[in-house]
Amino acid sequence: MNADASREMPDARPHGPTTRSYVAVWGALIVLTATTVAVAGFNLQKIAIIVCLGIAAVKSTLVLFYFMHLRYEHRLIIKLLIPIAIGALAIFIGLTFSDVITR
Amino acid sequence: MNASEDAHAAGRLGIWLFISTEIILFGGLFLLYSMYRLKNPADFHAGSLELNRVLGTLNTVILITSSLCVALAIDSLGKGRTRKSAWFVAATIACAFGFLIVKFFEWTAKFHHGLYPNAKVLLSLPKGENLFFGLYYLMTGLHGVHVIVGIGVLSVMLVRVLRGTITPQNPTYLVNSGLYWHLVDIIWIFLFPLFYLIT
Amino acid sequence: MAERETHESDYVPYFLHKGKYPGALGWLLATDHKRIGLLYLACIATFFSVAVIIGVIMRINMLPGHVILTAQQYNAAFTLHGIIMVFLVVIPAVPTIFGNFFLPILIGGRDMIFPRLNLFTWYLFVLGAVLALVSVFFGGGAVDTGWTFYVPFSLKTTVNVPLAVFAVFILGMSSILTGINIVTTVHQLRAPGMGFFRMPLSVWGFYATAWVQILATPIIGITMLLVVMERLFGIGVFDPAKGGDPLLYQHLFWIYSHPAVYIMILPAMGVISDIFPVFSRKNIYGYKMIAFSSLAIASVGSLVWGHHMYVSGQSDTAGIIFSLLTFLVAVPSAIKVFNWLATMYKGSIQVEPPFLYALSFIFLFSIGGLTGLFLGALSPNVQLHNTYFVVAHFHYVIFGGMGFGLAAAVHYWFPKMTGKMYNKPLSVVAWLVVFVGFNIFYFPMFILGWEGMPRRYYDYLPQFATLHQVASIGSFIMVAGLVLVAGNLLRGLVAGARAPANPWGGATLEWTLPSPPGQEDFEEIPVITHGPYEFDKKESGA
Repeated sequence: MNADASREMPDARPHGPTTRSYVAVWGALIVLTATTVAVAGFNLQKIAIIVCLGIAAVKSTLVLFYFMHLRYEHRLIIKLLIPIAIGALAIFIGLTFSDVITR
Repeated sequence: MNASEDAHAAGRLGIWLFISTEIILFGGLFLLYSMYRLKNPADFHAGSLELNRVLGTLNTVILITSSLCVALAIDSLGKGRTRKSAWFVAATIACAFGFLIVKFFEWTAKFHHGLYPNAKVLLSLPKGENLFFGLYYLMTGLHGVHVIVGIGVLSVMLVRVLRGTITPQNPTYLVNSGLYWHLVDIIWIFLFPLFYLIT
Repeated sequence: MAERETHESDYVPYFLHKGKYPGALGWLLATDHKRIGLLYLACIATFFSVAVIIGVIMRINMLPGHVILTAQQYNAAFTLHGIIMVFLVVIPAVPTIFGNFFLPILIGGRDMIFPRLNLFTWYLFVLGAVLALVSVFFGGGAVDTGWTFYVPFSLKTTVNVPLAVFAVFILGMSSILTGINIVTTVHQLRAPGMGFFRMPLSVWGFYATAWVQILATPIIGITMLLVVMERLFGIGVFDPAKGGDPLLYQHLFWIYSHPAVYIMILPAMGVISDIFPVFSRKNIYGYKMIAFSSLAIASVGSLVWGHHMYVSGQSDTAGIIFSLLTFLVAVPSAIKVFNWLATMYKGSIQVEPPFLYALSFIFLFSIGGLTGLFLGALSPNVQLHNTYFVVAHFHYVIFGGMGFGLAAAVHYWFPKMTGKMYNKPLSVVAWLVVFVGFNIFYFPMFILGWEGMPRRYYDYLPQFATLHQVASIGSFIMVAGLVLVAGNLLRGLVAGARAPANPWGGATLEWTLPSPPGQEDFEEIPVITHGPYEFDKKESGA
């Protein structure tokens, strides 16, 4: 077994967030949902897209970091996976975009 | 290091790789959405006004709560409280059914208004609205399939927790199912504003 | 065999090992990586033969005065040839056959990390193949869209498109799961001392490929599902009559299918990088450059898909961007070629069959790669798009590159996999026939394309007759050579001499095992103390 895979601990051991912090994260997610619905009601035109997607990004980061324990992850490869996937997707969308907006 | 911890480490990397592929699978649809939205902003605006924001919000709350439940199920299992853990898994499954029921009513209402693929009413609307609803059905449909698969996976986990084949020492399957379920939640976190909120 | 006797008496070759299940079930339910590799080998060899036969039929059709297929039949023939070759042979071949068989051994593990998932991928693969086959005979008949399934034609044609594209979706799932298995195996199962930079370069090839499989294949998955949905429900996301944009289909299709070219070629390049040092008796030149260039090809190769769409109506701006990026991807490929040449420089070359295939890989791949630059440049592409020039280019890259790489791998690892040796002089003759036939076959196509012969036409103007005749004759020579290769290997399997544990003097881990390996590969997980090509240390017994 190589070094980066050693010192593994099953996730269920209480080295991650506490029960209370899970509930706190849930509360934050609900508040953010309420916020994004409220913001959408204001008719902010184009800013609404940025605000709504920004809030969605914050919400999913909370889920990734706390519910999915990415914040407590010690393996580099797993930490990098989501940025790699998002990056690949950004490139796919970006280069397609370069065609669609200039056509 | 014992064998179960090895298997756990491998399973965790495997499931995260799988999650990456799921992100890219939905990513193809997000790509289409962004390109079509770019070309038809007014029609997408009109389309999203047709959707029921209350039901969308309700479903968001349901899924977030289900994510909390599955996180707490793993948390309880880690503390050795198997019974409690099973209850939380059951609650997650209940939330998943709740989500599907709400979705069912939403879809049926749209069908009654003739807003389904290839329907005369939908085809008579501007083309951008047809695209909006096409993507709406494709993306929420694919997400719904993932919810159904999640129900199946979590049901198996429930049985295994009750039977004692998932234990505090050997939680890998439950942990990985939880990761999958959180992914389903994250995808909805993005679908919700894209279809219901941005007008 | 001295090596074999020194092993413990309970050594049994893996294919004679008595497992949980007897007979055929022992194969169909095998979770052992070696058996799964051979299951893939059996399937892929069959599919390859079928696709070759379809190809020969098309070449007979192109002989002057021999039109034997109707236009519709010819459309179905090139589509089927493309689908089988691309999705059932070229994409899976090296990672599933040799990745399965040798990847765990090369890093000092005992199996892939997820053995049951591994078997599951094979069943998905077979299911996809069966669905593709069924689509030929039911529901409107064989697909006539070409392997690219371009919309809107694939939405309008009456043939059985939904089943065929669903088959591709299933094959994609199989490919993704194989990729996940390979990446996880490389991260988890390396033996003590097997750092990333002590891995054989073939492992780097498999590893880089697996990343492309993971990150690009889901896109073809969703795209194929969308075509199914379009056909079943008429949603309209690709149908211009309903507001859809067919060009976005092409984008999505090539976002996967261009990187798929690198899924095809990278593992073959990896195997070649293992072969040159062994037959030059020299450490590889520029190990890290080759390793990183695999990752560079994998990542830059994912940015160039738009060069398939220059004449599709894509914007000029995008065309310029994609053309620029396309030139960039030639750099890491060239790095590899120069490093292979430098590895051979001043080496003590041993001319053996695997080496000959590896050498012809460089030659053919370079021709394919350099003609790719013609196509990647915007203005020549307008002239050459959809001509035989393209056909010649990708056959030089895929068949000349990946195909010869695959043949190199087969001849290199055959003694290890079977415990037998094929007839070497005969295999050199067979190689020569294939190589000569290949060039007589495909080189005229460059000229045909340059002169304006469009691809996918079942007939042609009289001025193209001579070159078509030459190409067809070349194809017959090449196929005769392939038969010779296959016959020689089969004869070796049945009646070949016993192979020693290390017939080529390789320094990588598979050669420390008996030929064929036992069920558990390693009796004890080895501790790695030197790099994969340090022959001096190997020979001094370090």
